[in-house]
Amino acid sequence: MKNAFWRRFCRNKGAVIGLGVLVWVALVALLGPLFLDYGPWDMVDAPFLEPLSPDGRWLGTDTMGRDIWAGLVHGARVSLLIGFVSTVVSLLIGVSLGAIAGYFGGWVDAVLMRFTELFQSVPSFALAIVLVAIFEPSVASMVTAIAVVSWPPVARLVRGEFMALRQRDFVSAALLAGQSTPRVILTQILPNAVSPIVVMASLMVASAILLESSLSFLGLGDPNQMSWGYMVGTARTVMRQAWWMAVFPGVSIVLTVLALNLVGEGLNDGMNARADGKR
Amino acid sequence: MTTTPIDAAVNAIVSPPPVLQVQGLSVRLPAGGDRQLAVSNVSFDLLPGQTLCVVGESGSGKSMIANAVMGLLPRPHVEPVAGQIQFGGKDLLKLTEEQLRSLRGQRIGMIFQEPMTALNPVMRIGDQLAEVFDAHMSLSGAEKRKRIIAALTDVGLPDPELIINSYPFRLSGGQRQRVMIACALLLEPQLLIADEPTTALDVTTQAQILQLIRELQQRKGTAVLFITHDFGVVSEIADHVVVMQMGQCVEEGAASAVLGRPQHAYTKKLLAAIPKGVVRDVQTERDDHFVLQVQDLNKIYNTGGGLFTKGRRVHAANQINFNLRRGETLGIVGESGSGKSTVGKCLVGLQGFDDGRILFNGKSLYPGSNFQAVAKSRIQMVFQDPYASLNPRHRIGAAIASGPIAQGVSPDKAKARALELLKLVGLKEEAYDRFPHEFSGGQRQRIGIARALALDPELLVADEPVSALDVSVQEQVLKLFAQVREEFGLSMVFITHDLRVAGELCDHIAVMQRGQIVEYDTSRQVLHNPQHEYTRKLIDAIPKLAAAPVLDDVASEEVPA
Amino acid sequence: MNRLQLMLKRLFQGGVAILAIAVVNFLLIRAAPGDPVAVLAGEAGASDEQFVAQLRAQFGLDQPLSVQLWHYLSNVVQLDLGFSYRQQQPVLDLILERLPATLLLTGSAFVMSLVLGVLLGAWSSRKVGTWVDSAITTVALVFYATPLYWLAMMAVLLFTVQLGWLPGFGYFTVGSGLTGFALAWDVFLHLLMPSVSLALFYMAVYARMTRASMLEVAQMDFVKTAQAKGVHPRRIHRNHILRNALLPVVTLAGIQAGGMIGGAVLTETVFSWPGIGRLMFDALMQRDYNLLMGCFLVTSAMAVLFNLITDFIYTLVDPRIEMA
Repeated sequence: MKNAFWRRFCRNKGAVIGLGVLVWVALVALLGPLFLDYGPWDMVDAPFLEPLSPDGRWLGTDTMGRDIWAGLVHGARVSLLIGFVSTVVSLLIGVSLGAIAGYFGGWVDAVLMRFTELFQSVPSFALAIVLVAIFEPSVASMVTAIAVVSWPPVARLVRGEFMALRQRDFVSAALLAGQSTPRVILTQILPNAVSPIVVMASLMVASAILLESSLSFLGLGDPNQMSWGYMVGTARTVMRQAWWMAVFPGVSIVLTVLALNLVGEGLNDGMNARADGKR
Repeated sequence: MTTTPIDAAVNAIVSPPPVLQVQGLSVRLPAGGDRQLAVSNVSFDLLPGQTLCVVGESGSGKSMIANAVMGLLPRPHVEPVAGQIQFGGKDLLKLTEEQLRSLRGQRIGMIFQEPMTALNPVMRIGDQLAEVFDAHMSLSGAEKRKRIIAALTDVGLPDPELIINSYPFRLSGGQRQRVMIACALLLEPQLLIADEPTTALDVTTQAQILQLIRELQQRKGTAVLFITHDFGVVSEIADHVVVMQMGQCVEEGAASAVLGRPQHAYTKKLLAAIPKGVVRDVQTERDDHFVLQVQDLNKIYNTGGGLFTKGRRVHAANQINFNLRRGETLGIVGESGSGKSTVGKCLVGLQGFDDGRILFNGKSLYPGSNFQAVAKSRIQMVFQDPYASLNPRHRIGAAIASGPIAQGVSPDKAKARALELLKLVGLKEEAYDRFPHEFSGGQRQRIGIARALALDPELLVADEPVSALDVSVQEQVLKLFAQVREEFGLSMVFITHDLRVAGELCDHIAVMQRGQIVEYDTSRQVLHNPQHEYTRKLIDAIPKLAAAPVLDDVASEEVPA
Repeated sequence: MNRLQLMLKRLFQGGVAILAIAVVNFLLIRAAPGDPVAVLAGEAGASDEQFVAQLRAQFGLDQPLSVQLWHYLSNVVQLDLGFSYRQQQPVLDLILERLPATLLLTGSAFVMSLVLGVLLGAWSSRKVGTWVDSAITTVALVFYATPLYWLAMMAVLLFTVQLGWLPGFGYFTVGSGLTGFALAWDVFLHLLMPSVSLALFYMAVYARMTRASMLEVAQMDFVKTAQAKGVHPRRIHRNHILRNALLPVVTLAGIQAGGMIGGAVLTETVFSWPGIGRLMFDALMQRDYNLLMGCFLVTSAMAVLFNLITDFIYTLVDPRIEMA
């Protein structure tokens, strides 16, 4: 089955390109700092140096003489880290709540859905701002804020899947055989719900990165971490003089998020052949 | 073949030219399918005013022929590669899309299988009918309205003015099918193609729709190309029959010839598989022990409802009473909405009930967690949909063994048991490690039976276990049920919509209508001496084969469903 | 269910939602580290002894939590959202001053994104497999990955800094004394970039959804029935496919409305657009939490309102919900 999945995934060329970009970004994040003998906050040169200046700062420097490339490299770490961790937390919350609501139905479902709807009726970015502002900006508060804001859609998805699967005859057969409820949820239903969850997870990482960069842009990022969003934020007032300060970090965000979306579509293609009976 | 002008003239007088002439039609499937050609070298003629039935099981290619005539094949994936379809002096396969479009709805009409999804849910019925006019001519609004009302009345729908302004969700399946027929015949086409139009309908509704088609055909002289898998339907309406197997036409001829004196082995096999109306008798040695006693069972559903709206109450099971002795089989027969599935689910504990008692071996079964404590998994179920009853991620051997394992049997013993059962139901040992998608529908049902048997049940509830299977496969699975019943001494409750199947397999039958049991007696009594009017209606609606023994002939009332 | 009943039900749910958000607001302030009075007074106000004492009395912070909550909620219902020390004005006044600008921005972006998104999505689904389809899907994919603030900045870079075609700052040209039609045109020029840059992301969302929805609906049985009747393909596309495909898109628009209102914070910041989002950003910078929470409550109320509007549109589009 593994091979069939990869075959279908690779048929989607965009997904393959996306995967390549992601691998590249991950490598830069992991290994990049090893090749730099200074950090992103170090003022290494004259400010406002243009890209491809003769001194080897190939992406230029910012208002305080900090190297843009170093900023990108370290920003990659922050973005990927926060993106993945907040998605994992979000999944933990969302999958649990959705599974319980979908499996048990009745008043449990009604209560949980009202709760979820409440979260969804608030503009999620505004809520994230408020949360980070109140709890003081840091990596932890950012991860928490993003997770709190992102779990409703996955909870709804899991609830829908569980409700549908709960009705399926093979679940009834397992119950008739005397299998316990936790066993049924874990061994019968969950394996069949995994593929849409995985697809959604990749999209969630993408939106988490966008959310993190937006928060950092507004100055709500961890003050000790250089982030792509923060870099764009500092460029806002000096756009006329230093266009490169905004362009390069922004392009990095676009490429990474785009790559994640493409991979998500590839995963979708890869997992969904059985529906029509074809291989 | 050369004919002289005189021969041709004579021929034209004696036998008019065919409305539709299919010659050597072959349709290609995309690569990777189970065969290369969906349809292979099929030929037949359809004369005006005649009904030609194309019969075959699923995958035989019969629907492809209908789609090819209408030009609705999903080209280029599926492509006609040989032959011609002659209609109105032209080869339909060579026409452009524009030309085909002008024929559709005007000279050729088509109706489809699934009435519940065949109409646009957000468009009024009147508008959907008016579209047929707008596509081919321009008429005034008043004229269109007049003709639409006439058409709706023709197909037997009450209150056409009301229906014109309604949306499809207000109509039942049978009513929607009538609307479809009205659409198709609105411009009085020469040819009507019907692609399994009654397969998704109840038996009584099916009878009414078939009669409607027959009437309209006689009145308007339309030629009908009728696709079906049901030989009973064929015997009711066909003048001419084409039997399809794996894309090829294996037998062809006048209906009386094909049905009465079948030549090809496949045709004979299909005809033999139809339940003949053989009735099972009550066993002479009856065990006095009651395995199951159902007393005044009631189950009410409340649907919808919220803060501002009232819900609907559906009394799905209403004062249900029956008993089952050890080794006996009870058939519960009803159409959709009769409540038979609800009763089945209550019996196995998948559904709670609101009132009444269910006694299993004398002990009371209460809905909820107490159910399994008393039943101890000795009541098992075989489900209807072979494609949904097995977990697609689990190997079937593990699926069968998981039941006993959950009951505390050691994994080795469970596996041995599973292998034994696989052999019993007619599958090979290698099947143990395979996944459900590698098996056919009939094989999956056998696996379902094996899974139920693995738990050593006393009572087996089968919820329409053969309804989703092809006719030839049905017979085999039913045989398996009978065999298993003998071998394990099972008591069974067999839920079905088909009275003939119930008669063959069960010694008692309970007929359900709208939640209530309207007739409950031995099979022989129910089938040959029905007391209730609804039972008589059901019996009458069964498409009878010319060769089948005649069941009691009783008058029935017509109510458009 | 008929339309009136449905709308009443939604209205009720909306009201409950806003009340619940107010409660959450209340709890968040209390949950913040440190003295809630200091938080409420903000950086500036915390040093003013008199103001702090006033706040303490006003919020009854020595009283049990439930009493405080009751005070807060009754204030909210009477539209008393507190006082901003920094700006020396009641929060409500500040917000009402800025509300029209935000409504103009988000309203125009909402309409634009929905209309253009649906049109593009429908067009690409008609031409599936051709270069038109590939172009639209690729462009949509790229905009879907672009941060709102960055797109805004790039637009300013191109159209204001490089080309000088459009103003990149504010609501209208200050001090120009324009009136009537000339003023409207001036506002329009100022509105163009912010509105479009906010709309592009959501346009991509709706285009993708519409395309997927239409391709799915095209497979349905009733489309085949329409073909068998000989109906012209363009008419099938419009009356059968599009009308059914729109339903999930409208539902999605309701859900995305909250996202757009939140995103307006970013757009207003980049373009110095004097709306609530900008106000929220200023409150953030000034650590003026009273103002921040007031803005949060109002933006949430706006999101609930937009949701109600899309629910209403849905009842118009889906005839299975009858007339009142």
